[in-house]
Amino acid sequence: MTDIIDTSDRSQTQARLGRIREGLSRRHRNELIFRGLGIGAIAIALALVATLFWQVLSKGVPAFTQATLHLDITFDEEIVTAGPAPIRSDHGSVAEYEAAVLDWRRALAGTNWNALIELAVRNELPDLEPEPAEVRRLVDNNAGLLLRQMYQDNPGLLNQTVNVSLLGSADTDNWLKGTVNRDLPDARQQLSPVTRAIADRFMADGTITMDFAWHIFGNTDSRTAPASAGLAGAFIGSLYMMLVVIVLAVPIGVASAIYLEEFAPKNRITDLIEININNLAAVPSIVFGLLGAAVFITYFRLPISAPIVGGLVLTLMTLPTIIIATRSALRQVSPSLRQAALGLGASKTQMVFHHVLPLTFPGILTATIIGVAQALGETAPLLLIGMNAFVANIPATPFDQSSALPVQIYLWQGNENRNFFEARTSAAIMVLLGLMIFLNAIAIFLRSRLERNK
Amino acid sequence: MNNFIIAATLLVLLGLAYQVGLTRSRAVADASGQRLHSRPTYHGIRVALWVVIPAALVLGLWALFGPGVADSFVRSQIPADVAATLEPNQLNNAISRIKAIASGYGVIGQPQPFEADAARALSQFQLYSFLIVVLAAAVIGIGMLLYARSRIAPGLRARNQVERGITLLLLACSGVAILTTVGIVASLLVEALRFFTFVNPLDFFFGTVWNPRFATTGTGAQGDYGLLPLLWGTIMVATIAMLFAVPVGLMAAIYLSQYAHPRVRSVIKPIIEILAGIPTIVYGFFALVTVGPFLAGFGASIGLNIRATSAATAGLVMGIMIIPFISSLSDDILRQVPQSLRDGSLGLGATKSETIRRVILPAALPGVVGAFLLAVSRAIGETMIVVLAAGNSPVLRFNPFEPTSTVTVTIVNQLTGDSDFAGPQSLVAFALGLTLFVLTLILNVAALTIVRRFREQYD
Repeated sequence: MTDIIDTSDRSQTQARLGRIREGLSRRHRNELIFRGLGIGAIAIALALVATLFWQVLSKGVPAFTQATLHLDITFDEEIVTAGPAPIRSDHGSVAEYEAAVLDWRRALAGTNWNALIELAVRNELPDLEPEPAEVRRLVDNNAGLLLRQMYQDNPGLLNQTVNVSLLGSADTDNWLKGTVNRDLPDARQQLSPVTRAIADRFMADGTITMDFAWHIFGNTDSRTAPASAGLAGAFIGSLYMMLVVIVLAVPIGVASAIYLEEFAPKNRITDLIEININNLAAVPSIVFGLLGAAVFITYFRLPISAPIVGGLVLTLMTLPTIIIATRSALRQVSPSLRQAALGLGASKTQMVFHHVLPLTFPGILTATIIGVAQALGETAPLLLIGMNAFVANIPATPFDQSSALPVQIYLWQGNENRNFFEARTSAAIMVLLGLMIFLNAIAIFLRSRLERNK
Repeated sequence: MNNFIIAATLLVLLGLAYQVGLTRSRAVADASGQRLHSRPTYHGIRVALWVVIPAALVLGLWALFGPGVADSFVRSQIPADVAATLEPNQLNNAISRIKAIASGYGVIGQPQPFEADAARALSQFQLYSFLIVVLAAAVIGIGMLLYARSRIAPGLRARNQVERGITLLLLACSGVAILTTVGIVASLLVEALRFFTFVNPLDFFFGTVWNPRFATTGTGAQGDYGLLPLLWGTIMVATIAMLFAVPVGLMAAIYLSQYAHPRVRSVIKPIIEILAGIPTIVYGFFALVTVGPFLAGFGASIGLNIRATSAATAGLVMGIMIIPFISSLSDDILRQVPQSLRDGSLGLGATKSETIRRVILPAALPGVVGAFLLAVSRAIGETMIVVLAAGNSPVLRFNPFEPTSTVTVTIVNQLTGDSDFAGPQSLVAFALGLTLFVLTLILNVAALTIVRRFREQYD
């Protein structure tokens, strides 16, 4: 701009204009490139979200249906040799009767229930002449136990034929769903050719159907019978932990937020608490696990792998989140409300608890849900307090051994039957993500309502 | 059962005290004909506070020190001649056996006579001490009740007392955060110092070999506990994560805050933030079954040997996890740059991208750097992704396509399922935790200070 423009020399002006135009078009090109980079970054981020969800869904959805056999099982008295259940009136004393019942149950336990399944399969497909072991590989390992339980509950089944639904084994399920390569040579297949043939024939004639796998929600984890492993124990464990978090973290967090926002004098100690909370929010979660292992388990001798300990650790971890979110909710209440309350003679405590706090209630609820959702997905600290132990029971109280949803995912992804458990793990992830999306949807809904009310 | 009795005692005291305060204050007001300074409810709450806080204090002290007292009681119950023959760890073992017998769980093998005796004495001691403590709490509670009741008068400023009590309670709640930090520092320090009695700190901090043997008693060899391979793995994974996340996150933030239409922004921002809410175990699984095999296949197609579980896999997926973190923090900070700076630059004829690169980014630099530091701190502390996808191979390697291990992975490996912190094999987890805590603390404090300064600059 400071150049002296020589108007007499038009060619020079032309050259200048050309340079400017060139510069401009270069600058506009750069503008476009920069903008393109921004769009590219967004596209990458969106593509990643999409890939992640697509992967989980495409792997997880098939796990919700599972190969289930519908066999006509005959409780043949040649196999079920235990005979009918003892009857109370046949025995004189109570003790004798109980002894007879025990004997009967022992006889039931000694019965080869799998033979019933073999019989049923051989009746359906007489031409294949499968070995007993080959039939047993067809169904899940606990199928015999299920038949025994059925008979024990209803001894009238002797010599009766009933249609029973039995879960196919993990290998059968893999074979029928094609998650294993069906062209592999026999030596590298998990199932023998006969078992595979039975599975294919049953699939064709409708004896095996792909039923919805309700047991994923109803059963606990199982090592011996992987096909019927479920999430119930882990779900209840997580539920207990979230209860502990809600009961402890929310009151303590809200109280700290109220103190810091409304009561705290501006001094060194308040600054210290504030820095401390901000820092705690960024401490790696695994450090909280170390704290739990050293303090709650070693010092206080709380039970190992119990939801109460997990809940306490997660409480400490989510506390900063809840405090920070509640403080921002408190800050949004207009000062005029506070001044009006104080002006009418309310004390500071009355002003906070009667006038300010009720307005922040949706905000606190949102903060709670954000905190709970964060705690629900946390895995690392739970591993350090022993929650990765294999637990096959649904915990009755928060003091019992239990697993948790994210830890169950961790355990399942490490299972050696990769083909089967990859899908099962994705299904568990779907359940976990579903819960979190549900929680976050509530949070978003509440937030939007809060904003509309103002 | 014990917890139930304690809760019941406290609840009964609470209800009783509230009722007494309420009725007494009404009666006093009626009798004297004066107006009460505070409403009867406040009198009720005041008496309840006077009663429950001392009682709860007694119970709390017992919960804190009871286990220690019981421990020394057991120690005193072991006959001196037996105790003299036991090694320290045998003695500890005997104590835990006695406790197990006393609690009714039973132990492996036949309990020795002195163990059975001590266990019987211990269970009696526990019963009596429990009864004494609960009784003491109840007596103190009732004593306080009578005292507080006698003070009730029309002029008593019950409301002020209650409010002071509430304020103290709120203060105590914010003290929990401090207590947590103190607990973290104390437990990490104590256990790490115990670890350093086994292993020289210099060997730990500057050792280049990580090879802790399994805890086999009787063998003198304790293995090597060199931190450097783990630290290097951590740094490598975090660097890869940042190399991926910073450009994507920052560009996304710039586009969303400077270019995007508000409606587009309101749709895309929450979608990106979904990434922040996904549990890290899910990322780990994603890395293991999707990204790892993809990278390995990609490497094979260009003739590069990339392992499915490697620093690159873990770093890349960790980068995905950090993108929303960087983008939303940077977005916040970019929006705080005053509009006047933007207008000035645009008014001088700069294009939008020139304004962003030459004016807004330099102005926002401190804040953005702070955001990056927070992201680094998160990457260093991340556990599940590296547990699943880094390959767990604690060897000093410089090739990012080979398996590696990190500080967090090793903490998990050394401590999982092990509650008995006796040997260096499990104690080392606390030394690693301390290292991790100090590292992230430095990063966090630096980042928070920078971000705060930046905010003050434009406020």
